[in-house]
Amino acid sequence: MLTGFSQAFSSIESSLPVSDRSQPVIQFENVSYRVAPDRTLLENLNLVIHSGETLMLLGRSGSGKTTCLKLINRLLIPFRGEVRVEGTATTAWDVVKLRRHIGYAIQEVGLFPHYAVEQNIALIPKLEGWERARITARVAEVLQIVGLPREFAQRYPNQLSGGQRQRVGLARALAADPPILLMDEPFGALDPITRAEIQREFKQLQQRLCKTIVFVTHDVGEALLLGSRIALMESGSLQGIYTPHDFVNSKDDPVTPYVDAFRMSQQILQQ
Amino acid sequence: MLEFIVNHRREVATLTAEHLWLVTVSMTLAILIGVPLGILLTRRPALKAVILGTTNVIQTIPSLALFGLLLPLPWLGVRADRLTITALVLYALLPIVRNTYIGIAGVDAPVREAAEGMGMTSRELLWHIELPLAAPVILTGVRVATVITIGVATIAAAIGAGGLGEFIFRGLAMVDTHVILAGAVPAALMALLADSALGLLQSFIQRRTH
Repeated sequence: MLTGFSQAFSSIESSLPVSDRSQPVIQFENVSYRVAPDRTLLENLNLVIHSGETLMLLGRSGSGKTTCLKLINRLLIPFRGEVRVEGTATTAWDVVKLRRHIGYAIQEVGLFPHYAVEQNIALIPKLEGWERARITARVAEVLQIVGLPREFAQRYPNQLSGGQRQRVGLARALAADPPILLMDEPFGALDPITRAEIQREFKQLQQRLCKTIVFVTHDVGEALLLGSRIALMESGSLQGIYTPHDFVNSKDDPVTPYVDAFRMSQQILQQ
Repeated sequence: MLEFIVNHRREVATLTAEHLWLVTVSMTLAILIGVPLGILLTRRPALKAVILGTTNVIQTIPSLALFGLLLPLPWLGVRADRLTITALVLYALLPIVRNTYIGIAGVDAPVREAAEGMGMTSRELLWHIELPLAAPVILTGVRVATVITIGVATIAAAIGAGGLGEFIFRGLAMVDTHVILAGAVPAALMALLADSALGLLQSFIQRRTH
């Protein structure tokens, strides 16, 4: 059991070879999505997400961020164009296999209320037919990764605070060690202090986990803090992709309101 | 009335056992048909109007008339117990089908989204998430259906299928309240007992599923 534990641990801690870094993991090619002929949520999106990076999808509500995310794990199917995950179109993937290859964490968390924390985390490994000892070790491991004490394993979701629930949701998404993580405003509903705490920890976690992460947010500060690149969305189309550094220095029209708003909150601190 | 029951205790016991048998068989069949039908509705919403509509209409047919309507049918009309069980199953369907559907449809959207997003198959979703979470609501439907069935089963005596209705019809014919009550009181007690037993089961499940 001990060796299993350290093996599982090393598998997530080992970083990818440098040559893999630039390999596209997710590609959007001329993707449009619409719910009705007169209601297009996403228009002609082209986007390449590389291995090991954290791409932040930043934009206002209704800008198409969540739609983007759901197109990746095939909760939605493109109306036109193609979304490719590891080179294969999502529509050509076996849908169950695709989704188990991708961790998914959402703002409402969606923990299973009738399962204890442990069972919530263990569900996919169990369905994947892991051995019991391996599952137990993995549950302990991911609880530790997300910073929850071991005794939380036996608690039920209704006995947890919002921040703890979000941590369990992240632990559940990490359970089967998927190489890709999709996160839809995971910290959006938390109080500011808990949010800052989790963001800080997540920042450290990113380097350790070395996963390809697509992260939806409307919070500029969060995007700058956690992103390796920021994709700015507005009313269903991509406005541009920036590194955090380029983003704050950009004079592009769609960017400036975000940076101004962010600067304003910073100024208050400096006074 | 007590005197009558004590004097006829063997007959009361036999008719109670008959009644219980009719109800048990009917409810078992109704659950075996109703729950899968309810699940089907959550997977094929197009069928909702047809199935819920049909079970709804059946429920509005007066019970005595339903027995009469089934009488001319070839295989059913031959034996009173077959006919009775069919009628009872038809009556019990609506609450079971409806509550199964409502229970599953009522599973929180984020819970469903998380389950689908993490790659559960439709069957895994059903067994691990939907049915456990819908169980209290489904059980409410079973409770309602059981109480209805115990009541309607008294009419079975009208077509000679036995049960506690025997006393009720005999008492009506004899204009003897004691005899009527000898059938009505045990039937009412049975309904109360079944209802509270299922209620206990329900609170047990609810405690487990939160």
